[in-house]
Amino acid sequence: MSDKPKIAMYWCASCGGCEESVVDLAEDILFVVENVDIVFWPVALDFKKKDVEAMEDGSIVASFINGAIRTTEQEEMVRMLRRKSQIVIAYGSCAQTGGIPALANLCEREAILQYVYHDAPTVKNPEGTRPQLETRENGFRATLPEFHNVVRTLGQIVDVDYYLPGCPPSPKLLKEAVIVLLSGNLPPKGTVLAPDKALCDECARKETKPETMEIEAFHRPHNTPVDPELCFLAQGIVCMGPATRAGCGAACTCGNMPCTGCYGPTSRVEDQGAKILSSLMANLAPKDEEGIRKALEGIPDPVGTFYRYAVAGSLMRGKLTK
Amino acid sequence: MSDKWQPTIVGFFCNWCTYTAADLAGVSRMKYPATVRVIRLMCSGRVDPQFILKAFAGGADGVLIGGCHPGDCHYLEGNYKALRRFEMMKKLIAGFGIDEKRLRLEWISAAEGEKVKRVIEEMTQQVQELGPLDVPKIFAGWDEELDKLEEEIKKEAEEPSHV
Amino acid sequence: MESNGEIRIGFYVCHCGSNIGRVVDVPRVADTMSKMPGVVVSRDYKYMCSEPGQALVEQDIKDHRLNRVVVASCSPLLHEKTFRTAVGRAGLNPFYFQMVNIREHVSWVHEDSMEATEKAIALSRAAIHRVVYHRPLETRRVDIKSSVLIVGGGIAGIHSALKLADAGVKVYLVEREMTIGGHMAKFDKTFPTMDCAACILTPKMAQVREHPNITLWTNSEVTGLDGHVGSFKATVVRHPRYVKEDLCVGCLDCIEGCVVRTSDGRSSMISVDAFRKSRSDSNGATPKVAVTKLPNEFDEGLSTRKPVYIPFPQAVPQIVAVDPNSCLQIKTGKCKQTCVERCERDAFDFTQTDTTEEIEVGAIIVATGFKTFDPHRIPEYHYNDYEEVYTALEVERMVNASGPTGGHIEMNNGQRPKSVGIVHCVGSRDFHYNRWCSRVCCMYSLKLAHLIREHTGAEIYNCYIDMRCPGKGYEEFYDRLLAEGVHFIRGRVAEILDWPMSKAEEGKLVLRVEDTLAGFVRRVPVDMVVLSTGLEPRADSEDVRRLFGISCSTGGFFLEKHPKLAPVETTSDGVYLAGCCQGPKDIPDTVAQAGAAAAEALALISRGYIEMEPNTASIDEEECSGCKSCIGLCPYNAIHFDEEKNVAVIDETLCKGCGTCVAACPSGSIKQNLFEDDQIFAEIEEVLAHV
Repeated sequence: MSDKPKIAMYWCASCGGCEESVVDLAEDILFVVENVDIVFWPVALDFKKKDVEAMEDGSIVASFINGAIRTTEQEEMVRMLRRKSQIVIAYGSCAQTGGIPALANLCEREAILQYVYHDAPTVKNPEGTRPQLETRENGFRATLPEFHNVVRTLGQIVDVDYYLPGCPPSPKLLKEAVIVLLSGNLPPKGTVLAPDKALCDECARKETKPETMEIEAFHRPHNTPVDPELCFLAQGIVCMGPATRAGCGAACTCGNMPCTGCYGPTSRVEDQGAKILSSLMANLAPKDEEGIRKALEGIPDPVGTFYRYAVAGSLMRGKLTK
Repeated sequence: MSDKWQPTIVGFFCNWCTYTAADLAGVSRMKYPATVRVIRLMCSGRVDPQFILKAFAGGADGVLIGGCHPGDCHYLEGNYKALRRFEMMKKLIAGFGIDEKRLRLEWISAAEGEKVKRVIEEMTQQVQELGPLDVPKIFAGWDEELDKLEEEIKKEAEEPSHV
Repeated sequence: MESNGEIRIGFYVCHCGSNIGRVVDVPRVADTMSKMPGVVVSRDYKYMCSEPGQALVEQDIKDHRLNRVVVASCSPLLHEKTFRTAVGRAGLNPFYFQMVNIREHVSWVHEDSMEATEKAIALSRAAIHRVVYHRPLETRRVDIKSSVLIVGGGIAGIHSALKLADAGVKVYLVEREMTIGGHMAKFDKTFPTMDCAACILTPKMAQVREHPNITLWTNSEVTGLDGHVGSFKATVVRHPRYVKEDLCVGCLDCIEGCVVRTSDGRSSMISVDAFRKSRSDSNGATPKVAVTKLPNEFDEGLSTRKPVYIPFPQAVPQIVAVDPNSCLQIKTGKCKQTCVERCERDAFDFTQTDTTEEIEVGAIIVATGFKTFDPHRIPEYHYNDYEEVYTALEVERMVNASGPTGGHIEMNNGQRPKSVGIVHCVGSRDFHYNRWCSRVCCMYSLKLAHLIREHTGAEIYNCYIDMRCPGKGYEEFYDRLLAEGVHFIRGRVAEILDWPMSKAEEGKLVLRVEDTLAGFVRRVPVDMVVLSTGLEPRADSEDVRRLFGISCSTGGFFLEKHPKLAPVETTSDGVYLAGCCQGPKDIPDTVAQAGAAAAEALALISRGYIEMEPNTASIDEEECSGCKSCIGLCPYNAIHFDEEKNVAVIDETLCKGCGTCVAACPSGSIKQNLFEDDQIFAEIEEVLAHV
């Protein structure tokens, strides 16, 4: 048995991009592999659930868990990893605040199942079969995980020690996180392992942002020409940058796309969407209700715009339909 | 005490106009329902949308923002900022499944004690018609499913499933 | 004080006699709060704001090593300072204090004891959780400029100006009209002593003119205001009078010289209707009447004046003015300019335009006065139609020895009236017009009744709703009028008619009035009718109010900070009210209030500094991303972008503490003292905790 620190990686409701980002470490991955002992990583290595079960509680130094929590299986696995790990790290937007999967919280569970198994144009399901939680055949019992009513963040299921934000987290942040963990000089619990400043701090377009905005109307990137140099907000395009943590190197704005907020809010903000809303609306030009409403037509879906990665972790958690 | 269900409404009142008007309603001994819990801010421009969501998430059935009339803001234009945020907040909470009638913005000047009474009466009635929101209870309902896992695991231990 | 970070809260709930205790179960509030985390002491007391109440807090802070204090009593707008000071006296930072309003917002507005008590508990709990997040703060001291701007030169403004100037304060007195004196200058006598208005007012006007500490700007308006208490910056626009003020000596030769001819006195009455009509049509704008029939505004249009004029002989300043709307030279450029020829000092200057003065003052007194109700609005009184229906102010001028008729009460036909009806409450105490009592009309109606009777011997009929004579010597004056044989009919006049129903009514105006004491409808034929018009806010009071950042009461009069305890202060620190702009009042009350306003301003100035509420915002440069979202939001330009550090910076001396930028900061990097996010979040959570 190696005495290198044991590390686990696990994915829940996610796209796999977080796993990819580990590979994006490129040659640095050698440094990681040299210094840690990966004991569980279903995507890459053949360990089974029972292997983890067999480990002693607290024997894993750190578990990096990505993805949101939507099923009982995910819930069970992260609860187990929590028991087995000294440190649990929510890796990526989905684990931190729900991410894209959490947009499903704006729909009823039943509506999702109905669409996915019946109504979607690509579905052919004449018998109307739905996955069953339990099937008995020939004396065997086969089970499937249950699809939860809502998507949850990792922190809503288990105690999370640190967060690595991003969709996905940048390799730089991952490397820094690993170094910090190996150093033993741990930051306070709950720390988000990314700069605690907003993205504008590292955005190349910052200088072009005017001091007085007076936004007349909002445009969406797909229906307006986008100036490659000018601050998006100065162009009336919603950019989440001012309300989103830095740390990505302003990847999107460099690629001529506005920030959509995947790094989540700074430590001083509880609800990222409310904050960017507050800032943008305060900077509108119109003063009368009609003018304001007209300007707001450019944001037809405020929840989807301001909470693209954060519905589950927001104050409202989802649509409160009954 | 009225038998009717009494909503709980969080009020964010600006120091100069609406809070003072509420004081005036008191000095004038006007009577209105005890449904609004007022939090004093210096200006309606200080009302952070987070406060509104926090109030709903914390169990408020309604949120009432009171500011100075347009053109009268003690800080010149804070109330316009409140108005713009309010318009978007209505859309936002609707997106979260909250009836926008649960959020109200009123311009109430320091002299309008009567309006404080009227607005609180109206809003109380309006929210009564909508019924309780009780987000904490909704969240609790959502999270009931989490407890089921323990049973599932127990069952699995008794009769392991096979794929 | 804050030993080892332990939070030790003292909670105090006030009965306020029975004001709170009658509705709120005060002991239950105290008991519930005693169980809250961090609460070391929880007490209820009869009067928390009293000296023993404050001493209780101070003693507990010492005995129990309290480091937070919450008092649940009345509105913080009333006693927050009181308790902060008490907390400070005990050696604790005064801002480790939070107040809960369970009187104005609870016991006075809710009837159900159970609901009121629960609300009081919720609000108290919110304060207890909030106060945990309080931080020690320092108040900022701002120097106060030793100068005062007084807006309005009526008796209120004059009195305030003289008091302050005598105390050595530099005063800027700004008056819109060509002269100071206001309404009082138009009066003949003042009730109830019947002393001559001019005899008591004109010496004070002269003092204003001569006082070295007073800068008087007439024909001027305050158009802009910036800054804050202690250091206001006001912009005053001085309209041209086309006469150099420093050269004119008031010899009035130029008026004589003006080519425009007028007929004097009563014979020019033809202009009155035109004047009235134009006044009602154009809503106070300069009447468009023929040059030769230029009504003298000071005489309520009962006389005429020339384009070169002085409002009245005792006007201050004694400087003629040119009316640009009627002066041939200004209007057409074609005039012989005989006025200029007459002027030995070469004081005319037709090229004058608006000039602007910028002044800095420590305090402001708003004394912009009132306007009288326009009786055109009540068609059944036929003010427009019947020549013998006058407003009280018109009769004031008529009865004035220096007025248009030389003090004679006469009708259009030159005859003395044999009977005069006085209609009270015109535009006052009337749901159709103004609901308020104008306070002075009963008394001035009595005064006019006395004067008219004295001048003409006519029978006088006062039609009143109630006689309201609450003042020193006022009731006695009423008794005197009763004894003089003036008739009093209790009833609001329904209508003034000119069609006779009997011989006695022929050629007369008839007052139709229900005599509510006798219980039948009377028809009172009279020769002349006086409408006792009520007092209203000035037409532009809305603009004035906005300019000075003050509030209005329901009727539109300016709102005092507190009706009892701060009757001349406003919600704008350093802006005080005097006179009828705050509400109808008579001369003694106006002068008393003007003195009070002067005293408040003087108290402020004498202290030399003011402690600003430390509710300013600040940006942590370690946290700011430099997104600039806040910069354009600040109405005071208190935020600027530091190009070097690449962050936004707030100048706390310019910040007024609205918190708009705090709410807007998308990365939560701006904090507002006293209103921090944590504090407000704690409040929100706790007001809802029972749900």
